[in-house]
Amino acid sequence: MADSGVIDGPGRKDEIERAKSEGKDLTKEEKQRLRKEKKQQKKIKEKKDDKASQENEKEKKPVTSAAPASQPPTQPTVQKAPSAVPATAPVSVPASEASVPADKPTKTKAELKAERRARQEAERASKQTKKGETGQQAATSKPKAPPSDLQPVVKRLPEHIQVDNPDVLKKLAKKLERQQTPEHYAAKKIPLRSDYGYKVSLFSHLHQYSRKAPLTQQLSIPSTVIHPAIVRLGLQYSHGIVAGSNARSVALLHAFKQVIRDYTTPQNEELSRDLVNKLKPYISFLNQCRPLSASMGNAIKYIKKEISNIPSNCKEDEAKNKLLNCIESYINEKIILAGVAIAKCAIEKQKISDGDVILVYGCSSLVNHILCKAFEKNRKFRVIVVDSRPRLEGKEALRRLVQKGISCTYVLISAVSYILPEVSKVFLGAHALLANGYVMSRVGTSQIALVAKAFNVPVLVCCETYKFCDRVQTDSFVSNELDDPDDLIVTRKGTTPLEGWENESSLGLLNLVYDVTPPDFVDLVITELGMIPCTSVPVVLRVKNVDQ
Amino acid sequence: MDLTPIKKLVEYFRDQMKKDPDMASAVAAIRTLLEFLKRDKGETILGLRESLTSATDCLTGVDSSVAVSSGGELFLRFISLTSLEHQDLSRCKKVMEERGELFLEKISMSRTKVAKLCHTFIKDGAKILTHSYSRVVLRVLEKAAAEKKRFSVYVTESQPDAAGQHMAEALRKLNVPVTVVLDAAVGYVLEKVDLVIVGAEGVVESGGIINKIGTYQMALCSKAHNKPFYVVAESFKFVRLYPLNQQDVPDKFKYKADTLKTAKNLSEEHPIIDYTPPSLITLLFTDLGVLTPSAVSDELIKLYL
Repeated sequence: MADSGVIDGPGRKDEIERAKSEGKDLTKEEKQRLRKEKKQQKKIKEKKDDKASQENEKEKKPVTSAAPASQPPTQPTVQKAPSAVPATAPVSVPASEASVPADKPTKTKAELKAERRARQEAERASKQTKKGETGQQAATSKPKAPPSDLQPVVKRLPEHIQVDNPDVLKKLAKKLERQQTPEHYAAKKIPLRSDYGYKVSLFSHLHQYSRKAPLTQQLSIPSTVIHPAIVRLGLQYSHGIVAGSNARSVALLHAFKQVIRDYTTPQNEELSRDLVNKLKPYISFLNQCRPLSASMGNAIKYIKKEISNIPSNCKEDEAKNKLLNCIESYINEKIILAGVAIAKCAIEKQKISDGDVILVYGCSSLVNHILCKAFEKNRKFRVIVVDSRPRLEGKEALRRLVQKGISCTYVLISAVSYILPEVSKVFLGAHALLANGYVMSRVGTSQIALVAKAFNVPVLVCCETYKFCDRVQTDSFVSNELDDPDDLIVTRKGTTPLEGWENESSLGLLNLVYDVTPPDFVDLVITELGMIPCTSVPVVLRVKNVDQ
Repeated sequence: MDLTPIKKLVEYFRDQMKKDPDMASAVAAIRTLLEFLKRDKGETILGLRESLTSATDCLTGVDSSVAVSSGGELFLRFISLTSLEHQDLSRCKKVMEERGELFLEKISMSRTKVAKLCHTFIKDGAKILTHSYSRVVLRVLEKAAAEKKRFSVYVTESQPDAAGQHMAEALRKLNVPVTVVLDAAVGYVLEKVDLVIVGAEGVVESGGIINKIGTYQMALCSKAHNKPFYVVAESFKFVRLYPLNQQDVPDKFKYKADTLKTAKNLSEEHPIIDYTPPSLITLLFTDLGVLTPSAVSDELIKLYL
């Protein structure tokens, strides 16, 4: 098999090299052509020698399991990968490209069918690691779009919402194993955090982790693979010490700065490629500690883009300095200055006027900042803080506002319809703004928006543009986060009537973190670009993409 | 700052309005600003922009409609997009003047464009309801009549200035059957009509409109009756306001300029405009095309950013 691979190999290898160097996947036509050639090849072999073909398939198994290992490094390096066997690379590449459209098992022999399926699974897993590479994302989605009439486009779900599918979990475990430098292959791997407790069936596709034991006791974290700053960050996330969209993103960026400072390029590697590979296991680890937020995702995309744009002739110190400056300016522009601009916009355009009664929910750093700034500018208003169990974040917001001297009222979310007739405006923070205009925010936000709409009270959402994401979601089930269900056990008086909930087979505890508000309930979104209606989020995304 | 050029400006503006009563007040304002640009003897671009801004402000003091302020701001944007290209101030000013003339030409064609787009939505035998006196709506109805469509019109009286009567007169001249109804009879008459067309004094960022008082009521009633509510407006009326409710509209637009200067207690005065939120509007017909209210923000971002 290896021989016949090599015979046709050079011709196909050139094609593949060309296609890959252009930075796109092979188009569907090319893949079809490759498949046809392979089929013809196989028929010739079958005619010659049945046993020989069977042996070849058996060879392919170990080949394909090695091949995906060489594929996670970015595509141009496939040809250069020293560890992979060079002759097998062109063989496994057409095999894997051929297996991408999952629904054409035209082989007659049942063995070969099973063989292909195994290859497809392995290829899917490696494709998902490639999807983590953000620079390629736009490029891969575009070539996929035109040839869709050739084949029904198979939509792949991200693995973090396929927790109830055991195959996906196995793949995730494999992927985490593979995510380290080739030298430390066997012993050190990113641990897979196990789910805890019974999950409500509607949300069984999501992870649910426990905070009872500290993370270090649950997982064995290999210190040579993960930088200590990242370990610390992961622990802070998992215990809720660092919480809130902006705080998490800033902490992430600071940790990455530390990583970059401590980084040295190994021999024969380029900083632009190696550093991106170094970051992947960190990101997987952080994902295990607590699912990444949309703002963190955008920040990571930005960093990866900046890293891969470093020219190869740049000296290491220079490159590192450049990256550190990039991160610093990102934090400054997109988070800090954006907050200042939003506050200025809200105050100057008279969105906070004298005599206003403003309702806020939970603790949003941006909304608190706006209110404090407005108070400094001597606007006369009072605030009603709405809070909800089990997080009781409103207490923190209350503390910050009262410290400034703003007169506040505190209610729980169950009293919201009682207090709304007094309210003149509702200010909400956002975790992310989705491309179809839906607002993803702390659970309870959509409830408040709904009741405010019923009372005809204007609802304003304050959000920086770096939280805008390309995702589309219309309900809160598809993609969400499940928090530790044990948080719900303790009541205010300290009693724990639900303590034995795990023993009850028919009892499930659900502690949701986010929910999604439709754009009809939101009157205005204040961003640093100005005030826009909720439906104009895709316009801003388009303008931003054009800028980049 | 020298006041006499300002006074001359105001005179010029009033002249323009008198000369052509069919011209939109925003167009008159832009003409005035262009004249001001030609006469300006400033030395710096920044000084020029400042004086233009103050000229717009004082024009708003004469005629407090939203359109004047929006037209002025757009004019400023349109000419200042080239301001950094040329070194010499006089050449820069020449370019600005040319662009100003171009802008004026474009917007004088806008009413015709709007009429061309909208008249196809008026079917034969339609009954139309409109509010007060709007020159754009008049142009649309003219075009529809010219296309040999048969339709009848209900116009609200639109107190306190009874502008609806003026509209009825103009329509009778076109041989269109017209009925004048009381402002209070809008709910009563709506079951008979097929569609509602109104003009706008300003189109705000959310996609809502600012128009003569009574428009909001009409929009609410047509929503309740499930009748389409169409707005016709030229693109220079797009303004960078974002009101959340009626109270949020700035006072300088709500009352006539004279009232603002003389009234002691504004809360006793009657506002002359109101705000219609985008949820009540079906479509907007502009010279940029037929837009849904959510697309207005898109266009505004293109115009202003």
